[in-house]
Amino acid sequence: MNKTFNNKAWWMVFPVFLVVAFNALVPLMTVVNYSVQETFGNNEFFWSGTIWFQQLLENDQIRDSLGRQIAFTAVALFIQVPLGLAIALCMPRKGPWVSVCLVLMALPLLVPWNVVGSMWNIMALPDIGLLGKTINAMGIHYNYTRDPVAAWFTVVLMDVWHWTSLVVLLCYAGLVSIPDAYYQAAKIDGARPWAVFRYIQLPKLKHVLTIAILLRFMDSFMIYTEVIVLTGGGPGSATKFLSIDLVQKALGGFDLGPAAAFSIVYFLIILLTSWLFYTLMMRNEAN
Amino acid sequence: MAKITIDNLRHSYLPEPKRDEDFALKRVHLDWADGGAYALLGPSGCGKTTLLNLISGLLHPTEGRILFDGRDVSNETPEHRNIAQVFQFPVIYDTMTVYDNLAFPLRNRKVDEAEIKKRVTAIAEMLELTATLSKRASGLTADGKQKISLGRGLVRSDVNVIMFDEPLTVIDPHLKWQLRSKLKELQHRIRRTMIYVTHDQTEALTFADQVVVMNNGEVVQTGTPIELFEKPKHIFVGHFIGSPGMNVMPCQVRGGKAFVEGHAVAADNAASSKGSGRLELGIRPEFVTFADKGLPVDVVKVSDIGRYRVVDTRLGENSVKLIVPEGGAIPEGKAHLAFDKAHTQIYSDGWLAGEAR
Amino acid sequence: MTLELKNVSKRVGADMHIHDTSLVFDDNSFNILLGATRAGKTTLMQLMAGIQKPTAGTVWHRGKDVTHVPVQRRNVSMVYQQFINYPMLSVFENIASPLRVTGMAEKEVKSRVGRAAEILRLTAMLDRKPAELSGGQQQRTAIARAIVKDSDLIFLDEPLANLDYKLREELRDELPKLFSGRNAIVFYATTEPHEALLFGNQTLTMHEGRITQFGPTAEIYRKPNSLVSARVFSDPPINIAKVTKKGRSLQLAHGDVTWPVAPSAARLPDGDYSIGLQPHYVLPQKASETSGALSGRVLVTEISGSESVVHIDVGGQTWVSQSHGVHPHQVGEMATFHADVSHALFFDSAGKRVS
Repeated sequence: MNKTFNNKAWWMVFPVFLVVAFNALVPLMTVVNYSVQETFGNNEFFWSGTIWFQQLLENDQIRDSLGRQIAFTAVALFIQVPLGLAIALCMPRKGPWVSVCLVLMALPLLVPWNVVGSMWNIMALPDIGLLGKTINAMGIHYNYTRDPVAAWFTVVLMDVWHWTSLVVLLCYAGLVSIPDAYYQAAKIDGARPWAVFRYIQLPKLKHVLTIAILLRFMDSFMIYTEVIVLTGGGPGSATKFLSIDLVQKALGGFDLGPAAAFSIVYFLIILLTSWLFYTLMMRNEAN
Repeated sequence: MAKITIDNLRHSYLPEPKRDEDFALKRVHLDWADGGAYALLGPSGCGKTTLLNLISGLLHPTEGRILFDGRDVSNETPEHRNIAQVFQFPVIYDTMTVYDNLAFPLRNRKVDEAEIKKRVTAIAEMLELTATLSKRASGLTADGKQKISLGRGLVRSDVNVIMFDEPLTVIDPHLKWQLRSKLKELQHRIRRTMIYVTHDQTEALTFADQVVVMNNGEVVQTGTPIELFEKPKHIFVGHFIGSPGMNVMPCQVRGGKAFVEGHAVAADNAASSKGSGRLELGIRPEFVTFADKGLPVDVVKVSDIGRYRVVDTRLGENSVKLIVPEGGAIPEGKAHLAFDKAHTQIYSDGWLAGEAR
Repeated sequence: MTLELKNVSKRVGADMHIHDTSLVFDDNSFNILLGATRAGKTTLMQLMAGIQKPTAGTVWHRGKDVTHVPVQRRNVSMVYQQFINYPMLSVFENIASPLRVTGMAEKEVKSRVGRAAEILRLTAMLDRKPAELSGGQQQRTAIARAIVKDSDLIFLDEPLANLDYKLREELRDELPKLFSGRNAIVFYATTEPHEALLFGNQTLTMHEGRITQFGPTAEIYRKPNSLVSARVFSDPPINIAKVTKKGRSLQLAHGDVTWPVAPSAARLPDGDYSIGLQPHYVLPQKASETSGALSGRVLVTEISGSESVVHIDVGGQTWVSQSHGVHPHQVGEMATFHADVSHALFFDSAGKRVS
C-alpha cells in the first residue's frame, strides 16, 4: 500500500547486489557449469550431460549420508525447538535477571564453530574429558571415538548446546511482544497455563517459530565444522553427514563434476524444503 | 454480583513510599452497590487505571482493603475474585471461532457442553453476534471483537463485577454511540455491577449512575452525572466535565456578594463563602445567556457545532464561553451577559465554598 | 487554485482504494477529511503528498503536474496519529530536523525552533528526549516539526486520536490558529463529526473510497447531498426512516405514525422516500408548529448532565432523541416524542437529497 516510487534507493542497495553476485551467484553458476562436464585437469572440459546426477542418485554411499543427514536434522529440530521454546517460557519477563539470562543464553552462539568442536572433543574424551569421565564413572560404557551410538549422542548434544539458544532468543523476543492484556484476560477467563500456552502464546509465536525452524533446518542440514573437529565423520562413517561426504568428494577425490552435481542437489533439497515449509505455514495464515 | 467496598485504599509503585507524592493512589474510600453502573473518570495519570487494577487483583495494594460483599479479597488472585474485564484493545483468542471464544471461560470452569451452548447462544443473541458464531474471531471488526471480550464476561454466572478499561478507544464514532447504548441497555437488563474507566466524559456520564472523578491520585468528586454537571465540587470537575468546560474567573466576595472585574454577580453560595484564600467564580456555558443589560463583554469567536453554537467572549481579561441554541441571536462586538444565579458558584482555593470536603 | 486532483484513482490489486476523484484546494485553506476508518482518508492524503502514486489521473500543484514528483521533493509536512518523533534526539533537534536537511544557518534554526516551541508551549522541554514527555507533549513536538518549515502542504492524519479528551479540546483550539495566515494548504483527517464541526472551514466527507461531498463544514452538516454524507456527518447517528408521502401527509413505514408534510417538502411528488432527521430535532416537548408525534417504548436513556439521549422503539425501528437538559425516562415505559418535521431531509430511492 505504501509503495514508494523513488528509484534512487536502489543505488544504495547496489553494492549489496554486487557482493551477493560475487559470493553466491557466480560460484553457483560455476558449480552448475562443472556439474554437466567432465574434466581430466589442464582446464580441459568435456560435455557429460546428466551422467553425474545419475551416478549421484545410484550411489549408495551418498544415499546413506543423506539418510544420516535427515535423521540428524530431524533429531536436532525435535529436541531444540521444544527445548528452546520451553526455556524461553521459563525465562523471566522483567527484573534484573532478564539481562543475566539473555547473556547466558547468547554465550554459546558467540563461540566459533571449530572451537565448539574442539571443546566437545576434549570434554567428551573418555579418559580425561569431564563429560566422558563422568559418564564412564556412572558405569556406562562411553567412547565416542569407537562407539557409533556414543558418537551420535555427542554430536547431537553438542549441536543442542550450541544452537538451542538461537531458538530461545527468537521465542523470547516473540513472547515479550505479547501485550499484558492477553495474559490478564486469560487469567480472568480462568485459563490454565496449558490453555494460555495453546491459545495465546503458541498462536502469537507462530511466525517466530516458523523462522526458528527454518533457520535451524538450514543450519543443521549443512552442519560440517563441528562434526569434522569432533569425530571427523567417524567412527567408520557413523557421523558422516552430507557436507562431510561432499567435501571428501570434492577435495579428496578431485571429482569436480560429481561434486558439483552433488552440491546442486544438496542446495536444491534445502531450497525446496525451506520453500515448501514456509509456504505451508503462511498459507495456513491466509485462511 | 457483589457490593464493592474500597476501604482506605492506597497504592504506590515504589517499594518504600514515604511522601504523599510517592503514591499513585492517595487514600480512596468508596462504596458501590450491587448491580450499579459506575465510572472512573479522569485524565491520564490520575490513578484510575491503578484503582481498576487493584480491584481486579492485577495489583496488590500498598495499604487498605477491597471487599466484595463484605469479604476481604485484597489478597486474592484475579481468577479467584470472579471478575471480568474488557480491555482498551480487543483481546480475543485468534485461533478460535466466536463461539469458542465465548465458551472459553465456561470450558475452563468445566461447565458441561449443553449448558455452554445454551448460555453462549443467549449471550450472542444479546450482543448481536449470532450470525458470526461459527466465524474465526480474528476476522471481525474492532467493535465485534470488543463485543466478544464483553461476551466472555457475560456468559459467566459467577461474575462479581465487569470492568471496562477505555473499551471504545479503537471504535469509530458512529459505532461508539451504538456500542455505548448497547452496553447501557445490557447493564439495565442484566443488572451486574459494572465499572467503566475512561478519560472521555461523555462515555462516563452517559454510561454510569455514579461517576467518580479522579485527579492526581485522588477522588475529587463522586456523584450522579447531574450533580457533577450542576454542582461541581472542585473547579477541576467543572473544567473536566462539560464541553466546553466551566467558565472560571477570579472574583472577590464582599458582604455576601461576588464581584468579577468590579461588576456585581449573584452567586448561589456567595453568602457562605468566607472570602479567604484564592476565590474564583464558576459558571457553565450552558447557564450563561445574552441579555439586554448585565456584564459587559466583547464577542470574540463563534463556533457552529451544528445543534448549538459556542460563543467565546471576553469579560475584561477573562474568557467567558456560552452556548447558544440553533437559531438563537448572537450580537456582534459589544454585548451583555446574564449568569443564572442558581448555577453560579464561588470556589475557594479550587473547592466549592461553604461545602464540607 | 493551487492543489488540484484530476481524475485521480488508486487501485491496489482488485480493491479500489480511491475511486475517480477530481478536487481543487485553495492556498491558505483548512480542509477536513471526514470519514470512518478505512474510508480512504489516509490514502487520499498520501496521494496528495506524493507518498503514493495514483493508478490513474494527475496531481497538480501551483499549475505544475507533480504526479511523479516524489514526496522528498515536494514541500510537505505530515503528522500522524501515533506520536512519531526521533527517540534519540532532543525535542529541540526533533523540531529542527526538517530544517537541518535544508542546511539552514544555526541562528535561523534556533529562532525558528524557538518560535514553534513557544506557540506549542514546549519551550521548557526543548532539552528533553521524547520518551520523557507526556502524550500531549509528544504530539505537540510532532506538530511543531510540521510547522517549523514553510510547507506548501500540511497533512494531519487523526493527530488527536490518541490523546486525552481534554487535551484534544485544548489542541483543537490551538491548531487552527497555528495554520491561519500561512500560505499552506492544511488537510486534517478525522473520524469524528464533532471535531469537523469545531474546526469549521471546509469538509470533505468520504465513504468507501469515494468523496461524497465537499464544501463548507456547517453546510454539509445541515444539507448533506446524500444519505451517505448524512450518515458520515452525524453525531449521534442521524435517524433514518422510510416514508410514503401522500399529499400533505407522511406515512412512516414502521409503526402506525402519520406526520404532516413541512412546507419545504410540500412540492415533492407523492411517493416513497427516506427521511433523515438529526436526533436533536426529536424532542420530548413540542418545539415547532410542524411536528409529528412519535410514540414508543424506551430502550435506553443516557443522561450526561447537560443533555439527555433517549432511544425509543417505534414499530420495530429505533429512534434517537437528543435534548438539552435532564429528561428522565424509565427503560421499558411508553413515551411520546415530537419530531420537528420541518428539519427532515428527504432522500429519493437512490439516496440523493431531494428537499
